[in-house]
Amino acid sequence: MDDAPRASDFQADADGKSLLRFLTCGSVDDGKSTLIGRLLYESKQIFDDHLAALERDSKKHGTTGEDIDLALLVDGLEAERQQGITIDVAYRFFATARRSFIVADTPGHEQYTRNMATGASNADLAIILIDARKGVLTQTKRHSYICSLLGVRHVVVAVNKIDLLDYDQAAFARIVAEYQAFADKLGFASITPIPLSARFGDNVTVRSPQTGWYQGPTLVEHLETIDVESDAAAKPFRFPVQWVNRPNLDFRGFAGTIASGAIKAGDPIVVAASGKQTRVERIVTADGDLAEARAGDAVTLTLADEVDVARGDVLVPPTERPEVADQFAAHVLWMAEEALLPGRPYLMRIGTSYTPVKITALKHKVDVDTLEHLAGKTLALNEIGFCNLSTATPVAFDAYADNRETGAFILIDRYTNATVGAGMISFGLRRAANIHRQDLMVSRPEREALNGHKPAVLWFTGLSGSGKSTIANLVERELHDRGVRTFLLDGDNVRHGLNRDLGFTDEDRVENIRRVGEVAKLFVEAGLVVLCSFISPFRAERRMVRELFGQDEFIEVFVDTPLETCMARDPKGLYAKAKAGQIAHFTGVNSPYEAPDAAELTLSTAEATPAEAAAAVIEDLTARGVL
Amino acid sequence: MTAPVNRTTFQTLSPDADRRPLSAHLKRLEAESIEIIREVAAAFDNPVMLYSIGKDSGVMLHLAAKAFYPGKPPFPLLHVDTTWKFADMIRHRDTVAERYGIKLLVHINEEGLARGVNPIASGSSLHTQVMKTEGLKQALDRYGFDAAFGGARRDEEKSRAKERIFSFRSAGHVWDPRNQRPELWRLYNTRVNKGETIRVFPLSNWTELDIWEYTRAEAIPIVPLYLAAPRPVVERDGLLILRDDDRMPLLPGEVEETRWVRFRSLGCYPLSAAVESQAATLDDIIAEMRASRTSERQGRLIDSDESASMEKKKREGYF
Repeated sequence: MDDAPRASDFQADADGKSLLRFLTCGSVDDGKSTLIGRLLYESKQIFDDHLAALERDSKKHGTTGEDIDLALLVDGLEAERQQGITIDVAYRFFATARRSFIVADTPGHEQYTRNMATGASNADLAIILIDARKGVLTQTKRHSYICSLLGVRHVVVAVNKIDLLDYDQAAFARIVAEYQAFADKLGFASITPIPLSARFGDNVTVRSPQTGWYQGPTLVEHLETIDVESDAAAKPFRFPVQWVNRPNLDFRGFAGTIASGAIKAGDPIVVAASGKQTRVERIVTADGDLAEARAGDAVTLTLADEVDVARGDVLVPPTERPEVADQFAAHVLWMAEEALLPGRPYLMRIGTSYTPVKITALKHKVDVDTLEHLAGKTLALNEIGFCNLSTATPVAFDAYADNRETGAFILIDRYTNATVGAGMISFGLRRAANIHRQDLMVSRPEREALNGHKPAVLWFTGLSGSGKSTIANLVERELHDRGVRTFLLDGDNVRHGLNRDLGFTDEDRVENIRRVGEVAKLFVEAGLVVLCSFISPFRAERRMVRELFGQDEFIEVFVDTPLETCMARDPKGLYAKAKAGQIAHFTGVNSPYEAPDAAELTLSTAEATPAEAAAAVIEDLTARGVL
Repeated sequence: MTAPVNRTTFQTLSPDADRRPLSAHLKRLEAESIEIIREVAAAFDNPVMLYSIGKDSGVMLHLAAKAFYPGKPPFPLLHVDTTWKFADMIRHRDTVAERYGIKLLVHINEEGLARGVNPIASGSSLHTQVMKTEGLKQALDRYGFDAAFGGARRDEEKSRAKERIFSFRSAGHVWDPRNQRPELWRLYNTRVNKGETIRVFPLSNWTELDIWEYTRAEAIPIVPLYLAAPRPVVERDGLLILRDDDRMPLLPGEVEETRWVRFRSLGCYPLSAAVESQAATLDDIIAEMRASRTSERQGRLIDSDESASMEKKKREGYF
């Protein structure tokens, strides 16, 4: 090359230069790696020995014939070089005279959405690549939505390979119009479309003579000049305590990085969770005390009073506090092969604190291609849902839209410690604070006195065909005849109404039992004897229902009939169907039944007729003083 | 940050007179690295900082000293000594540990030494594998460290660009590039089970030029070999090899000559090539860097076998 690149052209003194972090996203073969290679090449970031390696590699793996394949500069890992695709997030650095850049190169194909979110989490701007020949694809929409969800405010729509369409203005205009119609909903602060060819460099750093019709900036001009100031320093002060520095008895400092806002020595602060108030005494650094520090500074604060502060606490101004809650709503992006299960405990990291957390409800899933809300029970890999979460201890947070630093969290599997989810908080749920129980004027004892008996739940559990419903019906007949107020909840009947939306998967069985438990609880509060006849195969759910009731109110009745007997009876022909493979998740056939360890009453139907079994139940109720 | 109101005892490490104000860019990098270093101290039981004596290690150690001020870093340094480091490097190592007041552990793979593994007879790749990679694993196991800092930067080499800042290793120190934990925001996942470890790279986002500018601004001591001086070298395969002692025999036709050279990267002595240079001060080095057209790893013989060799070494546990 006669015009040899000189490092000095771009590595000018970094003094006072701002930093732009951006990511590139697009579909496979849109030319992302080529574009980044082009940016590195044109900013004269590529050294001679790297270029020599590139020329060697281009012959071996290249896809551009005799030309140097710039994509090979950035496709780092051996395996992906052979496949010709990028499979992970790579970070690249380059600088121009005006700005330093960190580029997250993120993969385009579907299963690696999590890597794109990773790149977007720290980015201020996204370059969305569109292959001019293909136009706006499902992937384009998906990536745009993820960028908006992760709080990226500025987008460049890079319509690449425009050379292959002979630099056609109409094609460009069509793609831009289609993109803008879609992205309207996403609320980006700016959308900048640029026609370019990463392979030949059109409109990358130099304006292309081929696109005389294009009046906008080149890509690099735009990246150098766009104002992305997020004003982190202008937001309320947030200081997550990272480490307590106590080298000797005379010094107790709280080390951390200021997440947002600014602080001066002498300013009043509170510990967000406890509300304890004090003042900042000193702002300590190895280079001497500071009078003031701001967002991004790693400092050590000493406080005027001995207040209780530990890693995980957040120091904030008394006048501008974050929310502190143990229940909140958030978008969750799931990043693990094993699906998210509501109710299962995970570990949440928010700021510098770890706390156990459960997803209490999946309110909806988001179809990332259409942005439609879908019902769902779990989140699979790369799915996004809007969830309610409940933490073991209250946490301090801001809405992610207000503060990316204090509104983001990750979810960690408690056994493997893998990072399985990423979340962005929308708002706190202060149900407990706003919804108070209404005192009722008629009391439980008054209802019991009127009824002449105590309320109770008889929970019949056992295999399908074990005789639960037969016995429960005989018991209810007898109780009714004796003037006892009763109600019978039967599994099959409930599934026609209250629980008609549930199936027979493990998650649905759990929800089925939870709802029945809550309904039974209402009847018990009304003073009735409630008979529940449910297979209820899992111990955990029977325990969950038991815990809704007082000590003597819940009577578990195990209808113990051997599986072979149930199969032989098969009153509804279900075992035959299940064995023929026509019913999935059928208890005893292809779904487990966990027998009770310590039921209040066990009825062995092999040794007693239904009438005898029913009589045993009545006897038991009498002995317990219910009747 | 606004101007400091007073300067305190950190001056003993780098006297004020030698220091320059940091650019906004270097301040940002410094703060990010300090956050990462503190996070490890807070979240792990038994961390260690790998210290290779080079310029990156020098910056990393300096950052650690600043991170815990007015205390000392709550972890030791570990040097895996291949016994083929330049004599200047070993001298530097011992004075620096003392200057920062931090405990220095030195580990040598005695088994490899007994087997007579050395870079001249065994070749560069076996020597690196046994004395560096295996030696490192031995030391990590012996002390039961659950986190280890390394000075690698993402700009060094392609496979490094994809490395996480907190890089998970399963039991046996295995790095699986296809199964890395996603790293979002600055919410590092510091949880490991017993036997698993994390390697942490606080300098991930620094470039070679940043390292030199920070070294100059903070007056961080460096091994004299980085500065040009007349030295005895041998030209071999187009590279300039410094004869640090007489363990390296001359091949037929080779002549030792004195040239003005310096090192951009320091490793084991017959494996690191010098570059011809007149840059005898940090200012000269930075000026030379800005005009440079080759990468610093060009002088590392162990990388050049094939371009994917770094990834292979990393999977085996190399830093």
